[in-house]
Amino acid sequence: MVQMVRVNGRNRGDIRLYALSTCGWCAKTKELLNSLGVEYSYVFVDLLPKKELEDTLLEVEKFNPAGSFPTLVINGSRVIVGFRETEIREALR
Amino acid sequence: MSGDEIPRELIEEKVSALRKDAESGGYFLNPDAGFVWQLARGLCINEKRYGYPSCPCRLAVGRREEDRDIICPCDYRDPDLEEFGACYCALYVSPSVAQGKTAPLPVPERRPTRSERVSVATRAGRTIDVPLPVWRCRVCGYLCARETPPLVCPVCKASKDRFERFM
Repeated sequence: MVQMVRVNGRNRGDIRLYALSTCGWCAKTKELLNSLGVEYSYVFVDLLPKKELEDTLLEVEKFNPAGSFPTLVINGSRVIVGFRETEIREALR
Repeated sequence: MSGDEIPRELIEEKVSALRKDAESGGYFLNPDAGFVWQLARGLCINEKRYGYPSCPCRLAVGRREEDRDIICPCDYRDPDLEEFGACYCALYVSPSVAQGKTAPLPVPERRPTRSERVSVATRAGRTIDVPLPVWRCRVCGYLCARETPPLVCPVCKASKDRFERFM
């Protein structure tokens, strides 16, 4: 599994954010998680070396077949694709 | 961040160019200037990284033939503007979103998945007998009948490789 960057905060379960460093909606999602003060891990997939990038993309596609970003995975089961603010707030309340 | 720093002036130039092109083409940029700035930075980074300004909100593979449909403005901008009031990134928005009358809706990914893209690429094109081939610009839909597509689309300025054989 790819190395993710951990952000400390309130423990609301295992929260993973797959994002792109260039994407506006990914940035907004990350800001939202920060403002909610929850603990989460994230990775900028576009910055990964080739092999890790391919492995991580396969991992993203398992949760979100479109392989699009941001993909937020909560406890390995709940998946929120895109900056859906209300949905994210509710899931992490 | 891994050599991705882009000089401020370059991003400013990109924003001006995007604004100018949008205005002359009848398109509108997102009214949130900070958001536009961030996406312009993403486009500059991708241009530097891949050699072409691929969509900042999508993962490029770095081979132009495979990323062609997501070079900004992407093949999906116009249908997304029509249906959701914004392109996938929300760099481009509909007139009513630009005027602040409505909010853009979240845009689901319209681009086919990786496996679907492979099958589309290998599907044989349908051609019918016409005196000249007809070429379609995948960005704006412009059609022309000539031996080869123009170097740039006379309507939206998309490059020659954004054309597909239509007839």
